[in-house]
Amino acid sequence: MTEVVQAPHRSIRNPLAGMDDRRRQMVILAIVVVLALVYPLIYRPLSNAIPAVPWPGTAVLVVCATFAILALGLNIVMGFAGLLDLGYVAFYAIGAYTTAFLASSHFGVHISWWIVLWIAVAAAAIFGVMLGAPTLKLRGDYLAIVTLGFGEIVRLVFRNLGDITIALPAILGGAVLVGPNANLTGGNVGINPIDPPIIPIPGPWGASIVFSNQNVIASWYLVLALLAITFFICRRLRDSKLGRAWMAIREDETAAAAMGINTVTTKLLAFSLGASFSGFAGAFTGAYNTAIFAETFSYNVSILVVIIIILGGIGSLRGVVIGAFALLYVDRTLLPWLGDNIVNAPMHDLGVSTGQQILADFKLTTYNYLIFGIVLVIMMIRRPEGLFPDASAKAEMHGVGIAAEVTGAGDVELAELAELETVTLDDPEPLPEAEPPPDAEPPMSELPPGSASPPPPSSAGPGTQA
Amino acid sequence: MEELVKALTIGVTNGLVIALIAIGYTLVYGILELINFAHADVFMLGTAFTYFATEIIVRGMGIPASSTLALALTLIALPFIMLLTASINASIERFAYRPLRNAPRLAPLISAIGMSFVLQNIGLLLLGPSQKAVEPILPRTDVVFFPSGAAWFGVDEMIVLGVTIPLLLGLRWFVASTRQGKAMRATAQDREASGLMGIDVNRTISLTFLIAGALAGAAGLVVALYYGQTFFQYGLQFGLLSFTAAVLGGIGNLTGATLGGLFVGIVAAMSDRFIEAKWTSVIVFSLLILVLIFRPTGLLAEQQSERA
Repeated sequence: MTEVVQAPHRSIRNPLAGMDDRRRQMVILAIVVVLALVYPLIYRPLSNAIPAVPWPGTAVLVVCATFAILALGLNIVMGFAGLLDLGYVAFYAIGAYTTAFLASSHFGVHISWWIVLWIAVAAAAIFGVMLGAPTLKLRGDYLAIVTLGFGEIVRLVFRNLGDITIALPAILGGAVLVGPNANLTGGNVGINPIDPPIIPIPGPWGASIVFSNQNVIASWYLVLALLAITFFICRRLRDSKLGRAWMAIREDETAAAAMGINTVTTKLLAFSLGASFSGFAGAFTGAYNTAIFAETFSYNVSILVVIIIILGGIGSLRGVVIGAFALLYVDRTLLPWLGDNIVNAPMHDLGVSTGQQILADFKLTTYNYLIFGIVLVIMMIRRPEGLFPDASAKAEMHGVGIAAEVTGAGDVELAELAELETVTLDDPEPLPEAEPPPDAEPPMSELPPGSASPPPPSSAGPGTQA
Repeated sequence: MEELVKALTIGVTNGLVIALIAIGYTLVYGILELINFAHADVFMLGTAFTYFATEIIVRGMGIPASSTLALALTLIALPFIMLLTASINASIERFAYRPLRNAPRLAPLISAIGMSFVLQNIGLLLLGPSQKAVEPILPRTDVVFFPSGAAWFGVDEMIVLGVTIPLLLGLRWFVASTRQGKAMRATAQDREASGLMGIDVNRTISLTFLIAGALAGAAGLVVALYYGQTFFQYGLQFGLLSFTAAVLGGIGNLTGATLGGLFVGIVAAMSDRFIEAKWTSVIVFSLLILVLIFRPTGLLAEQQSERA
């Protein structure tokens, strides 16, 4: 299961080039790791020395890494197995709440975080199966809606269970079963404080390392370790038999089933493994912030993770991690900085001079999702494979981001996918404009459908007509 | 009993509004097989435009909010608001969906999610971060009473019905009996073949988005007046309700969307009254999930079986 690793791609391409690639990658990886380890220590001197640059604080990096873990988890569901999940935040919430229930004064249970972490992971994975099992048969867009609804339900349930009374109707005696006004989840107030992870230092000092937002640097190393574990597992999964089964399902579920892949268990594994990393991130976030609130687990978080994946390159582990750091850096550091230094003041003046209160109160950070939304649309139209697509994965998936379930009208896809593959195999930068992008031909023409836009593929597509 | 009837009345009123939005989802899905995530945000912009229209009427022109003249002017503004939301919806199709028409299925869906956020933030820019109270244009006089003397329904509900029912009937007539309606049905059935038959597919799709947007605008006006407020997050709230309605009725099915809207409206009103308002969304979403899992073709699915 683990020995096969990259054999197939390597044999296709020049092995020497492959070695060079590999060495180069190792060097880059080493540099990144060293930078990541050193950065919190040099952050202060760095920002003092070059104050003109908006350096991300270590706390921002912690958030970036948390989202990188989330994105890697969702990438299993979305990138590998091709299932669009818009309610991924639910598992994040479940992980965080599990931690809060088992390591806080809320129920008076104080289990060590190092154990709770795994319970949270298991809880998220179980819920992943619970959501996945009944929804496996649904096609892509219905699945998106079901997961979206599930995400909202989880958030609302955690919020509403802060004040719950369940009583039999008066006819049946009116006995109170739960409550009155039982507080199961903390409701809007959330659960606070949660015990952070602690490593006691043996010896006479009686000190210990506490990984909470009071000790950002230590927490950074912890989350970095979690991210490294996640990344490693995802990488091994991608190259495993299971990973190839996921990709086969993503490409063509019927064909995959015909090849002997058990699509039900394979998809369920995608859901549960994807969810379990979310539980990982949730357990960390809850303990790191030492507090959780239901409202932080909103639909927007799910979408943010989806945007990270689309931006970084769906299916590409490296791309997803870069995407998470880039997007969260923009969100938490760059936009506030741009707002404070460049945009807010003139908008404020404009608002005051025109009497528009909303402009006078303008804060750039309020509109972060406006920018993300535009990014999403542009990425889909211009560069659906993301900014850092994974070369080997792309060769397999023919270039386009979500090849997804090619249900229904998928006739023209293969042709344009093949075209895209040649356009953007290795080089992320200049090419998409050079060739007519796949979307350039069909739209404006009258659509004389017999000879529909790109050359019709051999005979692909569940052809109902033509 | 009276409580039940009252809740039913509220449910029907809300349900008709939900149906107006749901039809937008259903029309677009029928023709493109795309869940237009941005649709509900177009509706939200409709509530925002209504807010500005009433502001102009009451603040700008100095007409007292409760006067008949203010109400008449607001209703005159209705076609303009519908025109505005219709063109917004059609431009979204033109710029965000049409380039992706032959892309993998989920690409336009993700593009739609992006557009939804763009519109939501435009709403945020227009309305600010909190709910905005709309001038009390709708008279709240109760006209029909229960035998016990308690109010049953009032002028406001009658006006809501007076706006929504003709629109729903008009749309039905349009799709069933006009040439353009026929073109829409043909395109929904088989896009390529209808192109071969000489139907301008792009124009028909644009028309569909125009109609969907116009209905969303009308729903926006009704909601802004009836609820007396507007909010940039109305899109998400009403969007899921109406999408549930569309799915319940069998997506792609106009009658189904209307009935689904009524059903969702009634369920929501019952839950508001007899359970607790904070659980209403949970109940509606669960309904959505259950329907999708057990009967993805909708509750009245005969004509639609091959699509869903």
